[in-house]
Amino acid sequence: MMAQDNLHFAPGTLITGKWHRNQYQLVKWLGSGAQGTVYLGREGRRMVAIKLAKDRASLISEVNVLKQFEKLQGDPLGPSLYDSDDWLTRGRTIGFCVMEYLDGISLADALKRKPFDWTLVYMLQLLKQLQQLHRSGYIFGDLKPENLILIHPGHSIRCLDFGGATRIGRSVREYTEFYDRGYWGFGGRRAEPSYDLFACVMILIYAAAGKRIVRTNEPQVQLVQFVKSHPKLAPYRKIAINAMRGSYPSAEAMRRELLQEIMTSRQSEPRSPQTRRTIRKTNTSSSNSWKSAWLAASVLLTAYILFVIIYVM
Amino acid sequence: MKKGTLKQILLITDGCSNEGEDPVAMAALAREQGITVNVIGVLDQYDSEDSHGLQEVEGIAQAGGGISQIVQTKQLAQTVQMVTKQAMTQTIKGVINRQLQDILGDGETVEDLPPEKRGKVMEVVDEVGETADLHVCILVDTSASMKNKLPTVREALTDLSLSLSARMGENQFCLFLFPGKRKSVQKVISWTPQLDSIKRIFEKISSHGITPTGPAIKEAVKSFSSVSRKQSLFEDDEAYDDGPR
Repeated sequence: MMAQDNLHFAPGTLITGKWHRNQYQLVKWLGSGAQGTVYLGREGRRMVAIKLAKDRASLISEVNVLKQFEKLQGDPLGPSLYDSDDWLTRGRTIGFCVMEYLDGISLADALKRKPFDWTLVYMLQLLKQLQQLHRSGYIFGDLKPENLILIHPGHSIRCLDFGGATRIGRSVREYTEFYDRGYWGFGGRRAEPSYDLFACVMILIYAAAGKRIVRTNEPQVQLVQFVKSHPKLAPYRKIAINAMRGSYPSAEAMRRELLQEIMTSRQSEPRSPQTRRTIRKTNTSSSNSWKSAWLAASVLLTAYILFVIIYVM
Repeated sequence: MKKGTLKQILLITDGCSNEGEDPVAMAALAREQGITVNVIGVLDQYDSEDSHGLQEVEGIAQAGGGISQIVQTKQLAQTVQMVTKQAMTQTIKGVINRQLQDILGDGETVEDLPPEKRGKVMEVVDEVGETADLHVCILVDTSASMKNKLPTVREALTDLSLSLSARMGENQFCLFLFPGKRKSVQKVISWTPQLDSIKRIFEKISSHGITPTGPAIKEAVKSFSSVSRKQSLFEDDEAYDDGPR
């Protein structure tokens, strides 16, 4: 694919909607993806996120989904939608939508920085969000750390990009190979809750391995083997394998088992095993060296005494 | 209500045709008969991006009313399914635009509607794309330079079948290779709802130097009449079985 991204505009650029006549000012470039470019923007005093779309059709689909979620009760899944419109500039028409600006770090960054314990906490949160989403009749589709954000106070997780959200029963609209169960030979691309749960396992694998592992000739065997043998994942292998095979009827079912497993496995293992173990190791090794020093000294002393006794005799 | 059928030709090639009819003209011929032609140009790291053959890729897709995409071999799987789906959306939108012009007058398209109404139209487009029947005739270039790209092509086609079978509508695939063993084009799989069992087909290929892209597209266009004939026969049977209502 040729990267002809001509959605770059200088900070300060004014955007006026063709239909609703609202005016926004671009403040800062936030990121570019397959679907378009997102800017931090200003509407009067309010800070907003402005998404300029490469393809207006796919933006419209995403806006449709966001509107659906606005109607839902409970914790918000994603950003609120403020406006969607077209912008005429230099003979081009660019579709854009204006959303609530969510300040935080992407899960992709968080997974790199924080220990694996945190990954499990994020996963529990994510599963709760997914349960809510699935109940509304949609799946997330393109579930990956890059599409999730951790809101600053309270570390709560929110979904950022609903471009892949698909009504249950249809074919998944958008996906990323590494997180796609079809790519790994674990099933089809029909939108079902289990499709998202497979992606959850891949997020765990990504977090444990620290990278996207490379698919081999027998991907199914490979993933099962990885989950069984990796020290961070092994305690949760049963849950991971169940989720990969699509055995959980809902995100809630998987969440319940994962929570239980985390609580029980904590008891057998100290809280931050790595640091503790190293400390203990240095402790034991130093006491060991003391012991061996004493032993050597006493052996030498005994030998000396024996020698003296024999010499004198 | 009778569901529509979308007809597509998917051409996977890495370069220039050198035998038979002009492929661009053949693509235009396909379009005349309601068949969209999509083209995917496959490169590996040794190919340069501005070669002459790739211009032809674009020309064929343009004449065939479809989408062209030039990709590195490793991105092939995701591109193949994306191009197929995008082309479906494009075709459906084309139909809706024509209808709209009848209602709203000249020059009005979906793009000229305010976002709220466009959102509703897109829902319909999605709905049709999900439920319509889809016939895809796949043409794979097996000339010498394609030889080491073929395992990836095979994988991409299995993946395409997986993606499309998740839809609610019915799928039919057929597969042609060109150049064929004796003829310029060889049909290796006739219309079938699923593209499994293509592993062995790609192993027995002997590569030639010629690339008869034009004749291949022509053969592909012809093949669509056989699937519709088979289907209409089938529909007749059904109507007969059901009896009068």
